[in-house]
Amino acid sequence: MRYVDEFREPQLITRTADEIRRLADPQRHYRFMEVCGGHTHSIYRFGLKDLLPSNIELVHGPGCPVCVLPMGRIDDGLSIAEQPDVIFAAFGDMMRVPGTRGSPLEHKARGMDVRIVYSPSDALKLARHNPTKHVLFFAIGFETTAPSTALTLMRAKAEGIRNFSVFCNHVTIIPAIRAILDSPDMRIDAFIGPGHVSTVIGCRPYGWIANNEGKPIVVAGFEPLDILQSIVMLLRQMNDDEKKVENQYKRVVPWEGNRGALKAMAEVFELRPYFEWRGLGFISQSALRIKEAYSEWDAECRFSVPGVRVTDPKAAQCGEVLKGVLKPVQCKLFGKECTPEHPVGALMVSSEGSCAAYYSYEHRKAAQLTQLTGAAC
Amino acid sequence: MCLAIPGKIIELLAEDRDLAVVDILGVRRRVDLGLLLDDPPTTGDWVLIHVGFAMSKISEMDALDQLRMLTDIGETQAALEEVQGYGSS
Amino acid sequence: MLTTAVSKIRFRDPQVEMAHGAGGKASRRLIDGLFAPILFGSTPAPLGDAAHVNINGACVALTTDSFVVRPLRFPGGSIGELAVNGTVNDLAVSGARAQALVVSYVLEAGLATEILEAEVRAMAAAAKAAGVVIAGGDTKVVEHGKADQMYITTSGIGHLIPGLSISPAAVRCGDKILLSGPIGDHGITILLARGELDLEADLRSDTRSVLPLVEALANAVGAAVHWMRDPTRGGVATSLNELAHDCGLGILLSEERVPIRDEVRGACELLGLDALHIANEGQFLAVVAAEQAEAALAALHAMPGGREAAVIGEVSEQPAGSVLVTTLYGGSRIVDMLVGDPLPRIC
Repeated sequence: MRYVDEFREPQLITRTADEIRRLADPQRHYRFMEVCGGHTHSIYRFGLKDLLPSNIELVHGPGCPVCVLPMGRIDDGLSIAEQPDVIFAAFGDMMRVPGTRGSPLEHKARGMDVRIVYSPSDALKLARHNPTKHVLFFAIGFETTAPSTALTLMRAKAEGIRNFSVFCNHVTIIPAIRAILDSPDMRIDAFIGPGHVSTVIGCRPYGWIANNEGKPIVVAGFEPLDILQSIVMLLRQMNDDEKKVENQYKRVVPWEGNRGALKAMAEVFELRPYFEWRGLGFISQSALRIKEAYSEWDAECRFSVPGVRVTDPKAAQCGEVLKGVLKPVQCKLFGKECTPEHPVGALMVSSEGSCAAYYSYEHRKAAQLTQLTGAAC
Repeated sequence: MCLAIPGKIIELLAEDRDLAVVDILGVRRRVDLGLLLDDPPTTGDWVLIHVGFAMSKISEMDALDQLRMLTDIGETQAALEEVQGYGSS
Repeated sequence: MLTTAVSKIRFRDPQVEMAHGAGGKASRRLIDGLFAPILFGSTPAPLGDAAHVNINGACVALTTDSFVVRPLRFPGGSIGELAVNGTVNDLAVSGARAQALVVSYVLEAGLATEILEAEVRAMAAAAKAAGVVIAGGDTKVVEHGKADQMYITTSGIGHLIPGLSISPAAVRCGDKILLSGPIGDHGITILLARGELDLEADLRSDTRSVLPLVEALANAVGAAVHWMRDPTRGGVATSLNELAHDCGLGILLSEERVPIRDEVRGACELLGLDALHIANEGQFLAVVAAEQAEAALAALHAMPGGREAAVIGEVSEQPAGSVLVTTLYGGSRIVDMLVGDPLPRIC
């Protein structure tokens, strides 16, 4: 068992899609939000929308840590790296995200030492191998990624590696979901819950969504069968008028979460009183900062940071797309001023941003394909 | 948020008990097991890997259960339709 | 006296970026928007892998390519082999058999002689294997810190393979798309060889001359071959998008039929890369008339190194100008040309 191909098995996918069509009440229009950008990416990559009946609408949520990062934070990180002998290390996802004076890759073209890392531990390794330089790790991600940053900081402290610091932009998922539910334009019926965040926080934190807000939520994996099975489970709940938290991704998500990961996070991080989310505004208790015990490895303590707020161009409708109020194609800049080649907002840069996904995978399919899929059968 | 992929532990590193070599379809990488110390995985276990860290052990039993459930969907439906077919004359 | 009217320059970027060399959209913009209007005048034909030039009645194919790679040596080859095979392949997929290459070296001061010698030997060996003569060359040395140790440019000339007549205009609806072998070996090998991602795999670059395979195809089905390209930087997706754009038709790819090694798949899954965008240095795509596709495939299978060739898709009316990848279970997605360099992702 390799745990990937088995969950992409075509016959099982077809059968599950048939079950979805059987369960979907033709009198209803279902709006399911997938919170996590990774789910958005999977849905497009596997062409899953083609398998759903037209009365099931998938609305893309704000669970894309690159998309919700305000431009000012990118500027701040890059301004630290502009100092001599600093290496800017970040995940590949960050490299093309525009700051006011260009993206990290564009800064690299102008001479900044910018490195792509796959892991925060690789950034720490860079620090070990470059004792005369300072490595700045630009940390992003929800609770899936934060524990790895935490553990890396613990290792840096234990080994006394002083030429390393983290610029922390970790955010938490529950306030993002709350912002969606509190939004006056919100018309979501149920949620496809974030599978990998849940390996850390477990399924309990979603209880209020079902109990207080009355919305079913199924914590889902990322393979085609995972997402389709989650939709089956949501439909069953809705048809039976149930509202509960279910775990579809049992093979990986423990109901109680990962204690070791939560402990590492608690050791290193605390909640910021508030943090600005691109498109969603200031949200309290929604982001992590490094505790004082680790302040020597906190870039915001080691360096002075401009902290300038950069507002998005007025015409960009990133916020409404993030909340699922607008589809990417409804933003006035989509496909014109804003494309993956010259993105205005981060939703067009991040590979799991709904605008980029829609642009790369979808928008030219349009009406031309109705003849095509007819012929293919 | 969040690209994570299953891999099989093929070697625990002697010099650092928290590190293991994991195999993903023939690609090998060192992975940090530091988040799973409560119930450490061992050689032959499958783990979910995200940014070079093991996030969770993968349960073969749950995976097989899930696949069985999915296989049953179609079969149950086919069986139901067959039964309904008998009743319609 | 020939004058070519200079067309309007449409390239608006203020400076050259890495993306302009990545083989994807930005590269196209630079070529179509700056080079083509100035160099090729107001009505350029779609640009191919080589130019066919008439010299006193004889038609020859002419091409050039530069090779910039880090590290210089990697499993399966080195910059020297790429420099020979790359140009031989550009000529081959334009329908020509390479006769002679000339080579230009730009060397960084401080480069160890043994490294240079190793690459020159690699080129000699690759030329011998490809049946091509290296007829001459040039060398320049630049200061330490420039040229990443060495840059190699090769230019090649060859005569047209009889029976082949390829162009995007020849492509028809229903034509089949053939691929000579598994994708992504070269690009992933290089990525791993850089050592920055701490990944290991038993992978080698696929660098080789595809000329024998192209000639086998020409011998078997000749005029039924309508178009060819070698999917180097930007991968299969970029080459097929170029075709779709140039012929105004749509390309349908069946995902499950594209040959790919487990290790390439594993690396792509781990890093969040799309194998269709990864560079290949020893493969080619051929568009063949449907009724001859089986014979074409058989011809490739019969050749050493052609065993893994496959029919991966077909040409259709829609989606015009785009490439659509379909799955066995009925899902589909548009796959675009590469934007920038493929970057690993964690999200």
